[in-house]
Amino acid sequence: MAETKDIILDYVKREYLEEDDDREVGYDTPLISGGIVDSFSMVSLKRFLENRYSIQIPDAKASPEAFDTVNNILDLLKEFKVG
Amino acid sequence: MAFPDQIRDIFQQELEGLREAGIFKEERIICAPQDSEIEVEFPAGSESKRVINMCANNYLGLSSHPEVIEAARRGLDARGYGMSSVRFICGTQDIHKELEKKLTEFLGTEDTILFPSCMDANAGVFEALLNESDVMISDRLVHASIVDGMRLCKAQTDTFKHSDMGHLEEKLQLHASARVKVIITDGSFSMDGDLAKLDQIVSLAEKYGALVFLDDSHASGFIGKTGRGTHEHCGVMGKIDIITTTLGKALGGASGGCVSGRGELVEMCRQRARPYLFSNTIPPVVVSGAIAVLDLISRSTERRDKLEENTDFWRKGLIEAGFILKPGETPIVPVMLFNAKLSQDFARELFREGVYAVGFFFPVVPKGQARIRTQLSAAHERRQLEKALDAFIKAGKKFDVLGLSKQEIIEKYGN
Repeated sequence: MAETKDIILDYVKREYLEEDDDREVGYDTPLISGGIVDSFSMVSLKRFLENRYSIQIPDAKASPEAFDTVNNILDLLKEFKVG
Repeated sequence: MAFPDQIRDIFQQELEGLREAGIFKEERIICAPQDSEIEVEFPAGSESKRVINMCANNYLGLSSHPEVIEAARRGLDARGYGMSSVRFICGTQDIHKELEKKLTEFLGTEDTILFPSCMDANAGVFEALLNESDVMISDRLVHASIVDGMRLCKAQTDTFKHSDMGHLEEKLQLHASARVKVIITDGSFSMDGDLAKLDQIVSLAEKYGALVFLDDSHASGFIGKTGRGTHEHCGVMGKIDIITTTLGKALGGASGGCVSGRGELVEMCRQRARPYLFSNTIPPVVVSGAIAVLDLISRSTERRDKLEENTDFWRKGLIEAGFILKPGETPIVPVMLFNAKLSQDFARELFREGVYAVGFFFPVVPKGQARIRTQLSAAHERRQLEKALDAFIKAGKKFDVLGLSKQEIIEKYGN
């Protein structure tokens, strides 16, 4: 079974990169501060995590910092006993 | 007045940062009316040079049209210079209502409200209509003014990949429970010159009970058989709930914008849109000119037809010469060079050859997508376009990019 971080990374690539976008995205790539995920589109990532792992992430915890890298998101998910 | 050195230093450093990043903007001074040929001082203070203008939004060539100028002059005499008031106190004249009615008829909607600019229309419309229970789902390439308007609104936000209908449908499903869902798109996208798939967007909106918002600033007046806009082109007149557009491009090019659409939504803007409530509207002189523009283009499609012919000639000429264009059918024709420095060098070479066009690169367009954006006008005569084409070919030969593929240009210049 795929690891959680690979599942998230795969979602980020599918959701936020265009087909001809050849940027390398890894576990520590800045997603929001790096301009890959804009603040308007963050909701998709949040909803994906909530649906996939059956959790509710309070808006206060869904900060741009908490979502800025795949590894940051993993840290956040640990609070919900995911990963 | 105090302006301490340490504060001056902060801003000087910021400005220096812009220069170092190569994104410091400089104005070119034009010493003539806006037209297909203009006198340009560049750099500012140098002797002015007469060049063919390939970068104005003067799509219908009406910015300096004698009939429009004369109407504006008559409006100045009849209704004065300024209003010194916002609309709902004592800033509404009969001609403002007349222009709103004409825009409603032209766009095929229920009602229209004028704004000082389309930037203001986009900044005010979402906040006036939506709240936390609603969601705005926008194409990822919409204009910056829409982005600002969305930021000012408390509704949820989401985006879909540019013109990707499958992705939009996923988002409509994801937000099925929202009170009001609004799909937000430009009609003609200003950097790539492609058109929204508005017929498919309307179908999805009907399927999922969403509203459609269209910014048709780069289409009103010339896209569609009679120039009504992208909704006419796509066969969905009367099905767009909110249209914003500008009077600052094809429709005379002076200034002003509007929200046009469903009666209740326009009325909500009259009650709540802050740029409408807290700033003066368009001055009488511009209103009078805009009325003349709408009369002129409602009478005949001659100008949008000529624009279409010019666009066709220009696209074919560039492709035959071996340039790579963004595909499309609008008078926005991006000539792809991919490399930022090359786009700047190329634009400078064109200017030397008597053609004024601007190179765009990151962050205005994505990295590795640098281009010269050219824009056609009905004011362009064939001889001007032939001369401009010659200049492009000459520059293309100098930089040795003619007939090269994207990969070959990138190998030569980097991206």
